[in-house]
Amino acid sequence: MGILEVKGVGKNFGGLKALSDVNLSVQENTVHAIIGPNGAGKSTLLNCLVGKLIPDTGSVMFNNQSVLGRKPHEINQMGISRVFQTPEIFGDLTVLENVLIPCFAKRDGAFRLHAFEGVRREKELMDKAMQMLEDVNMADKRHMHSASMSRGDKRRLEMAMCLVQEPKLLLLDEPTAGMARADTNNTIDLLKEIKEKRDITMAIIEHDMHVVFSLAERITVLAQGTPLVEDTPENIKGHPKVREAYLGEAH
Amino acid sequence: MFGLDSKDSKLLLIVAVLALAAPFILNPFPAGSELAQFNAGYPDLMQRFVIFGIFAIGFNILFGLTGYLSFGHAAFLGVGSYSAVWMFKLLSMNVIPAIILSVIVAGLFSLLIGYVSLRRSGIYFSILTLAFAQMSFNLAYSVLTPITNGETGLQLTLDDPRVLGQTATADGSIPVTNLFGLEMRSTYELVLGAWNFQFNAGYYLSAVIMLASFYMAIRIFRSPFGLMLRAVKTNQTRLNYTGMNSRPYTLAAFVVSGMYAGLAGGLMASMDPLAGAERMQWTASGEVVLMTILGGAGTLLGPVLGAGFIKYFENIFSKINDNVLHGWFAFLPDGMEDLLVTIVHPFVGKGWHLTLGLLFMMVVIFLPGGLIEGGQRLGKLLRRKSAKQDDEDANKSASTAAE
Ligand SMILES: Nc1ncnc2c1ncn2[C@@H]1O[C@H](COP(=O)(O)OP(=O)(O)O)[C@@H](O)[C@H]1O
Ligand SMILES: [Mg+2]
Repeated sequence: MGILEVKGVGKNFGGLKALSDVNLSVQENTVHAIIGPNGAGKSTLLNCLVGKLIPDTGSVMFNNQSVLGRKPHEINQMGISRVFQTPEIFGDLTVLENVLIPCFAKRDGAFRLHAFEGVRREKELMDKAMQMLEDVNMADKRHMHSASMSRGDKRRLEMAMCLVQEPKLLLLDEPTAGMARADTNNTIDLLKEIKEKRDITMAIIEHDMHVVFSLAERITVLAQGTPLVEDTPENIKGHPKVREAYLGEAH
Repeated sequence: MFGLDSKDSKLLLIVAVLALAAPFILNPFPAGSELAQFNAGYPDLMQRFVIFGIFAIGFNILFGLTGYLSFGHAAFLGVGSYSAVWMFKLLSMNVIPAIILSVIVAGLFSLLIGYVSLRRSGIYFSILTLAFAQMSFNLAYSVLTPITNGETGLQLTLDDPRVLGQTATADGSIPVTNLFGLEMRSTYELVLGAWNFQFNAGYYLSAVIMLASFYMAIRIFRSPFGLMLRAVKTNQTRLNYTGMNSRPYTLAAFVVSGMYAGLAGGLMASMDPLAGAERMQWTASGEVVLMTILGGAGTLLGPVLGAGFIKYFENIFSKINDNVLHGWFAFLPDGMEDLLVTIVHPFVGKGWHLTLGLLFMMVVIFLPGGLIEGGQRLGKLLRRKSAKQDDEDANKSASTAAE
């Protein structure tokens, strides 16, 4: 049994079959990539895992518990964090505050009326947030207004916000989209480093084959809402069906 | 100081000094002089400054931090006033139980309204709060007459029970509000030459409560709770995917700001023990929105400043009539004098709304951060100028040294 078990998931938008009969099993402590052409349903699948969408059919089990019907914050509390395709950060707040919020969520749960404590006096969480910023090389930017940063930095910040919660499963929706080559390589290194340091499972949606083949241990190819194949990177590279569907080669 | 860092302590200290010395600060012009009408150091006006300050401080906790714009907060103010007057009728003329009851009742009332209204956000939330407040206003006028005394408003009478106090004083009049015997209306007058300074017990009670409210607001702003409220404002999606449930946070902010409004309403009734439905009208709700935006939503000092500004305009600008204007421009030739009076006339007296409206528009367009932003920009400009001056001085001394 994998840490994440998706069985027979289907999702329609009006008449459009965005997903049909998706089966996916992500093993604990692996990096599992989901690739596929634009519109294949990758983001839709991710949305079904985090409570943003509810699938029309099928089941999604995380650690032997169903996530279906749970709210996004409840699913996060179960140990799933998500990086969005366009970075979702707290734009009006500073970089440090952005990382502090997930620290509070992890410690205090979905709600706590801590109206008199003083953020600055939460020494432990402050240290934790600072350590995380150092890990992603953003410590010097901690007082920056986060909305004013580059897109690459916003993504990195979002990743830090997810990682600081030490999730069991990290979902990444195209984490290097819109990044320069150097930033992409940094992100690969960062993800590799995280993988070595912690017990973490990652499911990553990616367009960039360089990223996929540097990180993934298993790859699922999605086309028109259904998985085509699931295999190791070596086998996927040469798979004729994949070349046809994904790389757009007719023969 | 009191668990605040040095910057916040300084802010609190400044506000405290301003509030406690208000009878002096607001009375700079000698009585009888041409400018005496700009004095604002009268007990009832000063009371209004700080009471509306409390109202705006509380409103800012909701609107400034979470961005949820309520158009119905006057309902909580009104509920607070009614509760306080009932306490004066039934229990005693001591203001403490009255104020406590106002805060509790307003808190419960805002819990109910907030719970329903917060199911929506943005404009729909605003409309829901407005609808609730208008409903309360209309109910207070009609069906709820046994509680609110309808159009007349709720007043004290000579046959109220006042179980812990007295129904009527020895000379047969209605007793007055007090704080353990200290009458709210008692005023000490200090005459210094041409100046007449008034120190009123009611004002000082209100000012101390305003300072406590301000202190609480600082603590909330700097707390993890305050951080979450700001997170709600900037990205609710991210907050939810970070494991936080935004609804209880916004509801808590709504109730806290409702309790502040109730406190203001209770204080208002403690200064003058009557309560009418018009306190709940939408114009009153709109006023606190204006105060907060004018001063600077989301800043600590802004709402207090905005409240002071609007109340000053309402009470001082509205009193400038044509006679006063003629007095000002009397030194000019007659034709010029009349012309100027005609030009200025629409902006003062009954036209004070026009001046305030123009001012508000200017602030929203040019200073989206409110008067506070104006102050900050001014401060920066002055600092840059003085830095430039320093540079020039340094250059000069360097060149003289080189010679
Ligand atoms: N909320 C939605 N409403 C309607 N159609 C949607 C919605 N989200 C996605 N789709 C459609 O579903 C299909 C799959 O989209 P998506 O999951 O975003 O693809 P991918 O991430 O693989 O590029 C697309 O045809 C898209 O237009
Ligand atoms: Mg996508």
